Amino acid sequence: MIGASLGAAAYERAPEISGILAGAGPVEDTRPARLSAKTDAILTLSGIGIAFGGVKALSDVDLEVKGGEIRAVIGPNGAGKSSLINIISGLYHADRGRIAIDGQSFSRVPASRLARLGVARTFQNLALFGGLSVRDNIASGRVHTRRASFVEHIAGLPRARREDARIAEKVDRTIAFLHLDTVADRLVATLPYGLQKRVELARALVAEPKILLLDEPMAGMTATEKAEMAGFVRAARDRHGVTIILIEHDIGVVMGLSDRVAVLDYGRKIADGTPAEVRTDPAVIRAYIGTADGEGI
Amino acid sequence: MAVQALDAGRPSIDWQKWALPAALIAVAYCLIPAYASSYLVEAILLPFLALSLAAVGLNLLTGYCGQLSLGSSAFMAVGAFAAYNFNLRVEGLPLAATMILAGISAAGIGVVFGLPSLRLRGFYLAVSTLAAQFFVQWALTKFGWFSNDNPSGVISAPHLVIAGFSFDGATGRYLLSVTTVILLTALVWRLVNSATGRNFIAVRDNETAARVIGVPVLRTKLLAFAISSFIIGVAGVLWAFTYLRTVEPAGFNLDRSFQILFIIIIGGLASIRGAFLGAAFIVVFPLALSRLGAALFGWLFDSGVLDMSQRIVLGALIIIFLIAEPNGLSALLDRLKRRIGSRSS
Repeated sequence: MIGASLGAAAYERAPEISGILAGAGPVEDTRPARLSAKTDAILTLSGIGIAFGGVKALSDVDLEVKGGEIRAVIGPNGAGKSSLINIISGLYHADRGRIAIDGQSFSRVPASRLARLGVARTFQNLALFGGLSVRDNIASGRVHTRRASFVEHIAGLPRARREDARIAEKVDRTIAFLHLDTVADRLVATLPYGLQKRVELARALVAEPKILLLDEPMAGMTATEKAEMAGFVRAARDRHGVTIILIEHDIGVVMGLSDRVAVLDYGRKIADGTPAEVRTDPAVIRAYIGTADGEGI
Repeated sequence: MAVQALDAGRPSIDWQKWALPAALIAVAYCLIPAYASSYLVEAILLPFLALSLAAVGLNLLTGYCGQLSLGSSAFMAVGAFAAYNFNLRVEGLPLAATMILAGISAAGIGVVFGLPSLRLRGFYLAVSTLAAQFFVQWALTKFGWFSNDNPSGVISAPHLVIAGFSFDGATGRYLLSVTTVILLTALVWRLVNSATGRNFIAVRDNETAARVIGVPVLRTKLLAFAISSFIIGVAGVLWAFTYLRTVEPAGFNLDRSFQILFIIIIGGLASIRGAFLGAAFIVVFPLALSRLGAALFGWLFDSGVLDMSQRIVLGALIIIFLIAEPNGLSALLDRLKRRIGSRSS
């Protein structure tokens, strides 16, 4: 019970201890989970490291996300932002470190159980199902709640029909929330890029996740579309209380939107705090001015 | 507000959508049995129905679920030989039960050869389904038991009797075939429009996203292999029992697998209607070509030239379709309908 007595601040200040704690137990290590309960953290990354063919994409990154906050992770191109989100969603497996999601600790997050763990995500490059309508794409976000078998679907048995009706209702509410009514029955591949991004947000939101991972939700959008998307992201948090982890390349957009910002550079976390703190951090200024991505500061 | 949206989202019954299938069923059950010549039934409709059903099965796997297979005719062979053996070895087994058991046998083999799909994709998966093609053909030839020790592995169709009525005549075989095709197609139509069908499409369009939102990707792929092989297996029974009446393992070769793949490419991937359009094309095309060739070139157009020109034209057509209209005849038909619709309004 050393862990419980350490307290939040000590835990954050002593990565080597947290590393020992995280590495001590078997796969279902409960100690970091108890710690996170104490700090209201819904997601905790500790000592995450990953390398691709000898190139370190992330090294020793800690990140703690509180329930209900909008947490931005920013950084120049190639800073490791997408790797981080892919590790949280189980698409990549970290070489070292642990991930605690809502009290459950993993060294490798099982991607196929992600939705049932209460985590939904969007992708940097659209990952919609082009052959399905907007409505069906959104409905697929609740596939993890379905229990009826294919035989029940073919025969149209009560359980399959009940599931369909329940999901249709949630889909309709999400469509109304994100103002997608006019395009709901169109094939998703025929929509303009900005709307497709919004459909992807809808597919993630309809799952009613506890944690929502947004991988550059505003990339490639016009200024109006960015403002609109920022409004939806904020509304999703305010209305549904979902915790949001937002990866962004354009730091201007996230400053007004997020509660706390972590800055990555060359796979290391160089700053972490409120937008105001991060903005004046010399290391952040150096990282951004040192690269071509100076805009937004 | 949510209630309103729900009402708006519920589609009303679309009579126009049901008119064409109803008309086709009326033609299939009333006009054709009464007026079709036995040549039309034996040489065109029976192979058309069996190939259509096989194409519907393959389309489920390749068109909807995105898993390329070159083993279709192996699953047809499994269906045909399984039906033959169930009929031979189980006394008094009803024909419907024989066909269902044959389909289940094909589904079992389909799942086994679908296992590589859990690790392999696209071209590599296609190569691994070739294993099914060669293994099944080899096993059926090698082990005499499958053909009841016929020296050349040939099996002959049994008497087709349902509830005391014989379906051995051309019209009887046609009715048996068309009923089977309609029933299974209706089930597939229900399936592709259900959540399971949308899972197939999700796996096809973006496997990673499908996995992350909770689609059971592995189970979905194996299910696609199982259902697809079931349907192709039953199509094999129709091929052997209603069309050819006598088949050998060599009849279910790689050419047949490619033929079914070409049907869904020409007809349209992920379209049930496309499977029928493509099958109609593949069956009628050689006959039309031979008539046309004979009319244009007379005696010069012998069977060797016919065979050669058939392959050349078909190959060219597939290339044209893949480039110009990847969604096949089905999409072409849609475009034609829209054009007529816009002109009349």
